[in-house]
Amino acid sequence: MRTILLAGVALSSLGTALASGAAQAQMSDSVVKIGVLNDRSGIYADLAGEGSAIAARMAAEEFGNAIGGAKIEIIVGDHQNKADIAANLARQWVDTEKVDVVADVPNSAAALAVQGITKDKKRIFLMSGPGSTDLTGKSCSPYGFHWTYDNHAMAAGTARALVEQGKKSWYMVTADYAFGHSLENETTTMVKQLGGKVNGAVRHPLGTSDFSSFLLQAQGSGAQVIGLANAGGDTTNAVKQAAEFGITQGGQSLAGLLLFITDVHALGLQAAQGLLLTDGFYWDQDDAKRAWSKAFMAKNGGKAPTMVQAGVYSAVKHYLKAVKEVGSDDPDKVAAKMKELPVDDMFARGKVAANGRMFHDMYLAQVKAPAESKGAWDYYKIVKTIPAEQAFLDPKESGCPLVK
Amino acid sequence: MFELLGVAPQVLFGQLLLGLINGSFYALLSLGLAVIFGMLNVINFAHGAQYMVGAFAAWMLMQWAGVGYWWALLLAPVLVGLFGVALEKTMLSRLYKLDHLYGLLLTFGIALMLEGAFRHQFGSSGMPYPIPDALKGGQNLGFMFLPNYRAWVVVASLVVCSGTWYAIERTQLGAYLRAATENPVLVQAFGINVPVMITATYGFGVALAGLAGVLAAPIYQVNPLMGSNLIIIVFAVVVIGGMGSILGAIVTGLGLGLLEGLTKVFYPEASNIVIFVVMAIVLLIKPAGLFGRER
Repeated sequence: MRTILLAGVALSSLGTALASGAAQAQMSDSVVKIGVLNDRSGIYADLAGEGSAIAARMAAEEFGNAIGGAKIEIIVGDHQNKADIAANLARQWVDTEKVDVVADVPNSAAALAVQGITKDKKRIFLMSGPGSTDLTGKSCSPYGFHWTYDNHAMAAGTARALVEQGKKSWYMVTADYAFGHSLENETTTMVKQLGGKVNGAVRHPLGTSDFSSFLLQAQGSGAQVIGLANAGGDTTNAVKQAAEFGITQGGQSLAGLLLFITDVHALGLQAAQGLLLTDGFYWDQDDAKRAWSKAFMAKNGGKAPTMVQAGVYSAVKHYLKAVKEVGSDDPDKVAAKMKELPVDDMFARGKVAANGRMFHDMYLAQVKAPAESKGAWDYYKIVKTIPAEQAFLDPKESGCPLVK
Repeated sequence: MFELLGVAPQVLFGQLLLGLINGSFYALLSLGLAVIFGMLNVINFAHGAQYMVGAFAAWMLMQWAGVGYWWALLLAPVLVGLFGVALEKTMLSRLYKLDHLYGLLLTFGIALMLEGAFRHQFGSSGMPYPIPDALKGGQNLGFMFLPNYRAWVVVASLVVCSGTWYAIERTQLGAYLRAATENPVLVQAFGINVPVMITATYGFGVALAGLAGVLAAPIYQVNPLMGSNLIIIVFAVVVIGGMGSILGAIVTGLGLGLLEGLTKVFYPEASNIVIFVVMAIVLLIKPAGLFGRER
């Protein structure tokens, strides 16, 4: 009987693996095949997931789902936030399914693994979901494009704004993997540069449900700001429990260093109001964004797009534009063309640098109070625009060997 | 002594108290598992999903029917328990004659289906559930700020746990139940309706999971994945405590909560594996678990 129960314990950890869907197999050379690889079932499924696939399909539809006789095909895969699964899936896509482009890949650990594969196999990699600056730094690739945001931009937005308000002492609560470490580093560097200090940090496993212990340590540190270097469900749980433990009433501020609109929706405005955050895209910012987002929401069960999803649209569209101009899907030529063409769509106006970083303006936003919100998804006030050069690291300082 | 450990006593007491709070969740959940396992010999893998359904039931009652927390505390476990009864009647009861593995696979499949359905419907970020007004705020204990709601969770969990232990170990009904586990044919011969008793036991165990879900709703996001995060730990608790042992589940749940709390102070990175390390050690030294008997 004990063996059965033990087998059960092992089995339950396999649960999510069994539940995941595999990519559809189809082989052809006369197709432009785009694989949207992300978390479709775990804590990042709402901020990327199927929404990113919808966004990619919307980009393909603008080209009539075909370029010069070649069909555009979008396939999807679930990496379950595991770097090894992401790597295997990407390798399989490229080797046996002739995938030309891997897109999205939230979770920096997974993205770093996929970057290695797409670099070796010469395939375009359009990153919208991951945050680590290493992706355009020491792990950059001539085929890698980092589109939507990165941890430096998050720190340059939220951390800078808070330090400039005089909140100079910080304590970090960090997700214990590549992304969290990178966000913690970027924030620490930014805070110190501006004359502040970081009192300490505590690292929690990805997918933690109880944050009370970490929050208590942060509370005990006496820091003015508790910086949450995590994302998705981890951030929402931490924010919710911080309210419970009276952290904001005690005079400490909470900084969600990476907060998506789906997180704010999950928290509710009552709990999230007043939070400052950095965003690359807010659906209600101008007419073009509104029009695109309305079409997106109609396909996505009424849920507004996150910056990650809008970024997937923009990156895929830019890629397809380059393919069209080049008249081939040769990865070297297309990558060069993508760096040559300016980015100009509803998501952003910008330019791709030599290290693959797409430079575009970011925004500092504040979550509205319930009384200010006119309805569902009316959540942000844009406080200021962060110019691209300030938001992103100078490619020359990125440490990417491609930049000379 | 505290200085030797490099941790201020305030921090240590705070973490121990938090450990106790988490431990009371572990205790409540592993209690339900232990009751079901002890009486039915079924390994209820759907327990985490049923806990999640309990939390969602509270959310749906609030959102769609305007039913507040206190009524949800009563209604949601009843609803989840009835769901359990239906499950036992229609599916689980057919498997008692077969190997235990079949029960495990059935409940595991049900857990996956429930989680998938809720994720499809509500997304993976979850839904907010407010703390009831009467339990908002907290007490400053000097060494930490204790939210009233968490204090309530500890009290509620201890009351339910000790009540269940008493009912099973010290009452006439409990005696029947335990007898029916040992020898169902003989107990039936005394004119006691064993199948009904077994159905009721499963329903009760599932209702306990639902109750834990309602208690958890205001603390965590009401999230389709909340059960799968917890179920592995709870299984480890049951294994360490000794399978089917009610007292073992309660004591081990609280104890491991404390241990996990301490780990979060001294080496936070290990906080999600410390329980499994303990499980491995206990199984090596005392294979039946701390409170279990070899069958």
